[in-house]
Formats: sequence, structure tokens, C-alpha cells
Amino acid sequence: MTRRAQMRNRPRVPLLKEIPLLIWLVFLWGALWQDFSAGNLIFGAVLAFIVANIFYLPPVELSGRFNPLYAAGFLVRFFYKLVHASFEVLWLSVSKGPNIKNAVVGVKLRSRSDLLVTATGHALSLIPGSLVVEVDRSTSTLYLHCLNVSTPEAADKVRKDVRDTESWLIRSIGTREDLDVLKAEQALAGPPSGRQADGAATTSKEVNP
Amino acid sequence: MSAELNDLIVGILMLGGALMSLAAAIGLTRFPDLMSRMHAASKPQVLGLLLFLLAIAVQFESWSLLPVLVVCWLFMILTAPVSAHMVGRAGYRTKHLRPELLTIDELDDVVGRAQELLLQSRADGTGDADEDEDPQVDDDPGAHSQAGSLDDDSSAQTAQGARRPGHSPEG
Repeated sequence: MTRRAQMRNRPRVPLLKEIPLLIWLVFLWGALWQDFSAGNLIFGAVLAFIVANIFYLPPVELSGRFNPLYAAGFLVRFFYKLVHASFEVLWLSVSKGPNIKNAVVGVKLRSRSDLLVTATGHALSLIPGSLVVEVDRSTSTLYLHCLNVSTPEAADKVRKDVRDTESWLIRSIGTREDLDVLKAEQALAGPPSGRQADGAATTSKEVNP
Repeated sequence: MSAELNDLIVGILMLGGALMSLAAAIGLTRFPDLMSRMHAASKPQVLGLLLFLLAIAVQFESWSLLPVLVVCWLFMILTAPVSAHMVGRAGYRTKHLRPELLTIDELDDVVGRAQELLLQSRADGTGDADEDEDPQVDDDPGAHSQAGSLDDDSSAQTAQGARRPGHSPEG
């Protein structure tokens, strides 16, 4: 009884927003049975609908836009970096080993969307050589542990790389507002990261006693 | 596709996957601390598993098998960063890291400043700092790289040694 009352109090998720989840569940059902015949898929769809309504999770807030071209570009870039960095870690473990120097680098992201911050953190963690140690959700700052970073220049390179990854994600799945911010930033001349660091250096001195 | 070519591709893919396992093993034994080992232990497997799954796909040439392999890899890439993040985060918070191996530590600056603010507000007697101050509020952590790099390693070490262990950045 209480459970039903709780379910009634919950805001209904519109079917349109639920559809990506349902499609994924049906695909999973078909994949696990290795059977994509119509009957199996329909039964899977019924199960998916029941599961999505009984085991109710906080909805993932999608942005409502998806650019397949940039998504493909992101995937190509991701796989290139995956292969490149995997061999780099192999080389580092052989050549440097115990003498490796690392760094924890903080990178402030543009987007405040949980999904986008999570996606960026995931993509970065999957690429060898960087690991998300801490996330500051209020300012959407990622703190990354990076292999073989010993100079500020290398840290800046990491920072630029992270923000590039984010911009690819914004262009493929980000919200319209984030995309506008990104476009405005790129329209301005000069490297944006350097200028921001200069501006923030004065503020951080004021904060720091 | 001829059988020989098929076998050749499968062989190359499996060798690549095995090489990634080797990378993880070498990294585990040769890297000095928890964080670096996390890199070696969790990351090359993303590519390693992908290569092995591709080898399976090429070997069996069955379309119905492909979705399972895709799902297998998807769950790998969904879960691997989470576990790596949890271990890394726990390791950082419990100070299972060797500061002398870190050339730059911007999170440490943030944590230190948050603690100073917290101590300051306690000294002032306001006491409600836990609600008001978000300990990790930071305008741009990128700004600290210059400061962190100007200080040499020894000063960074003393700063870390003076700090008491077991802090929790989020209070």
C-alpha cells in the first residue's frame, strides 16, 4: 500500500524521455538471449516497461540534442587516444617504472550538467594515464591524477586535452546553452585557458591569506 | 574470407590483447604507489578486452554473437572508471599516496585552504561553517599550477606533512 502511494506521488516521466532507456533495455534483452526475433523483442519491451516503472531510478536528464557527426568524431578521437595512451603506459612502465613523476591537476569544466561531467570523467578515466580522483560538483571541477606529468607545461597540456574532450562531448550531446558558451569562447581570439588562469590567479590570491 | 587470413587477424588481435595484459602486469610490479598502479591495472584492459572481443567476433563470424560482445565491452567501460575512481579517491583521502612522487597537487591546495577556512571560522566562533562554506569552492584550480610549480618539492612535502591525516574534503 505504502509503495503504491509512493509511486503515485512520484512525478511521471514522459514516455518520450523514457524511450532511450527502454530501447537500451530491449537491446540488452535481445543481446543476452542472442535472439532478435519479433516475439522475443516484444516480450522484452513488456519487461522493460515493467522494470522501468517498478525499479524507478532518478531520470538521466538528456539534453534533447544529439549530433551524430560530432559523436562519431568523438569516438574516433577516443579510440585513437585509447590505443595511443595504452602503449604509452606500457612504455612508461618499462622505461620509467619506479621513477615516475605524477601530478594531481584540477580542471574546471564549462558545463554544469551532471551527465556531461560524468561522461567527460568517464572518457578521461578510460584513457590510460589519467584518473579522476575527486569531483567538485558545485563548480564542476575534475581533479585528475595524471601519469608522467612533471612540468607546468605538461599540466597545461593535460588541462587543454580535458577541455578538448569536453568540447567534443558538448558538441555531440551537450545542451544548447553549453554549446552557446563553447561557441562564444571559441569566437574570442587567443587561447582561452591561459587568459582564464591569469584572471583567476588574482582572485585566488585574495582568497588565500 | 579465407581461413588463413581469418586466423592471422585473430592471432594479431589476441597478441595485442595479451600485450595489454602484459602492460598491466609490468605496471603493477614496477610502478611505485597506489595511484600509478591503478593506471596500469585498470586502463590497458579497456583496449585489451576490446582486442580479445574483436578476436572472438572475427573467429566465430556470427552476427548473433556481436551484440553480446558489444554489451560486454560497454559494461566494462561503464564500470572500470567507477571502480578506479573509488579506489583512487579512497586512496587519496586516506593519504595512501606518496607526496614526493607528485610534482603538482592542486587538490591539496584546495583541501588545505578549505581546512584553513574551517579552522578560522571555528576560531571566530561562528560554528556554522559546515553549511556555509563549500570546502571545495574554487574559482579556477588552474591558477594554482604556477604557484605549485614555483615551490619546489621540499616545501610541498613539509606542507603536506604538517597537515593532519584523515581529513575529508567535503566535510
